[in-house]
Amino acid sequence: MQSPLPVRKEANHYRVQKARGKAVDILYSLFRYALVIGISFIIVYPLIMKFSIAFKDKTDIYNPTIYLIPVHFTLDNIKMAMQILDYFPLLGNTLLFVVVTTLLTTASCALAGYGFARFSFPGSNILFALVVLTLLVPTSTLMVPMYLHFRSFDILGLVQLFTGKDGINLLNTYWPSVITSATAIGLKAGLFIYIFRQFFKGMPKEIEEAALIDGAGGVKTFLRIMLPNAVSPMITVILFCFVWQYNDTFFTSLFMSEVALMPTKVSSLAAQANALLPGLLGTGAGGSNIKADPNHVAMIIDTGILLAIIPLILLYMVVQRYFVESVERSGIIG
Amino acid sequence: MRGNKLSLNHKRSFLGIAFITPWLLGFVFLFATPLIQSIKFSFSKLTVDPSGFSLNWVGWSNFNNALFIDASFNRVLTESVRDMVLNVPMILFFSLFSATLLNQKFRGRILARAIFFLPVILASNAISAAEASGLINLVGDATAVNELGQSGSQYNVMSMVMILSDIGLPLSFVDYIVDAILRIYEIITSSGVQILIFLAALQSVPGAMYEVAKIEGATAYESFWKITFPLVSPLILTNVIYTIIDSFSGSTVTRMIFTTAFTTQNFGLSAAMSWIYTLIISLILIIVGYGLSKRVHYN
Repeated sequence: MQSPLPVRKEANHYRVQKARGKAVDILYSLFRYALVIGISFIIVYPLIMKFSIAFKDKTDIYNPTIYLIPVHFTLDNIKMAMQILDYFPLLGNTLLFVVVTTLLTTASCALAGYGFARFSFPGSNILFALVVLTLLVPTSTLMVPMYLHFRSFDILGLVQLFTGKDGINLLNTYWPSVITSATAIGLKAGLFIYIFRQFFKGMPKEIEEAALIDGAGGVKTFLRIMLPNAVSPMITVILFCFVWQYNDTFFTSLFMSEVALMPTKVSSLAAQANALLPGLLGTGAGGSNIKADPNHVAMIIDTGILLAIIPLILLYMVVQRYFVESVERSGIIG
Repeated sequence: MRGNKLSLNHKRSFLGIAFITPWLLGFVFLFATPLIQSIKFSFSKLTVDPSGFSLNWVGWSNFNNALFIDASFNRVLTESVRDMVLNVPMILFFSLFSATLLNQKFRGRILARAIFFLPVILASNAISAAEASGLINLVGDATAVNELGQSGSQYNVMSMVMILSDIGLPLSFVDYIVDAILRIYEIITSSGVQILIFLAALQSVPGAMYEVAKIEGATAYESFWKITFPLVSPLILTNVIYTIIDSFSGSTVTRMIFTTAFTTQNFGLSAAMSWIYTLIISLILIIVGYGLSKRVHYN
């Protein structure tokens, strides 16, 4: 037996190395936490600010010692912003509109995605290239013709044939958005078709063959077997579609500038608050020239924005866990 | 057996066409037709009257107006392109970085992911338009807000500029980094979808590869550049294209095209502007797509 020294030395060496590895790990995870918390803070900060402002009393604006937690709690801002926005009717309207368009978009995009993923027909690749093209062409290029198209809506001159009129004016109704979403050409529909196609392409072919042998037709296979399995891309598409429709100002201001919807109302909130605030406070009664306090107007605007995004945040809180997990399996990537 | 005259293949292809019919109708009537019309509009003077509209052929004069006569179109267009060129690398870098961060295992990862995707939910032109008249902006114009923010956070950008230029980095690069740091909120809020796409890509990298690399003695840095990066690279192309399109969708040019059409009622000029704009975007996309796709690693 030789001296035990080298063995001990080796053990020591390992211990030091292990300790060093552990220290590096701890340092790294601290660094990571600092980063994650920092970035999260930057994202959440405006929201926290808005919450704080929403419950702040007017007098608190001028108190420089108040940072986040107001001294005088009040619900006045929320009440006033609700009055200016005409909140609940507006929210109801918007939700109805968004839910209908979301469902139609999801349905039509799922159909198209399945069609492109599982069937080969003449020109299918060219047609799919055209789907990608719809994503690439900026919407502003189609704006004027679309506007004129819906101003006197007529397909193949059918309306003219039956009524003798030059087509129907669909502007300022829900129809333009309903039609575009039912035909999978609306807001970012190309992306949704793409997501569905990727997912259906990844499903095993054997399932369909088994269904075919069991006597299910194409439509039945789609409804009974493919759709129930497509929950994860469905959630991704529904969430994206819902949120983007809810926030969209482009199509709503183009087609429905006079329909009261959340995005159009929120973007004109500043002018509205300026005009209505004195009346609500009782100072500007009788059309006098008293102007609203700009800081107060700003508070109302911030509260209004908060009111507008709260439904989205609630929705997100409900589905986020499922959403974040489903994204990993939804086949966004090839 | 009536109705079974068609071969199975034929039946399948008819079924496939049936599935894409809604989209096909929409494409033909609500995409292709307007697209062709808009080309026509850009070469004509369009007057809207109560019964419809009438067109007068004017040749290239709308394009001429947009490029050489209109006072601001050129400037706005180049500014948008420049902003895009500056933004895309920052967004890409940040989203890849966040995605690798979020892909690691640590406590509270679910919460962190939920927060990182929050900007996808909250990004909205309407809200940013309203926010522009919110409380902070009453302080004055943007520069005042910036200065105020800097003095408030007691963080001096100059010190960082000094350090970075002392290291020997070229001044333009230092400028770029500082600009990125000052606009961190904007960058974070516009990279939600990109983080999602990268994260999905990272999830699909087989874990065994990392194990092998570790056994072979690769450091985390090496395994990132030799394993993660090549496998994620196809998605870099996707993300670049998405970011370019996304950054244009709410740009000043789009707004300008909108106001030209609906405020000044100059539909022909607006169509010409939007076509110049479309062509420039497609050109950028083709160059970027071609340049990147040669470097991308496919399995």
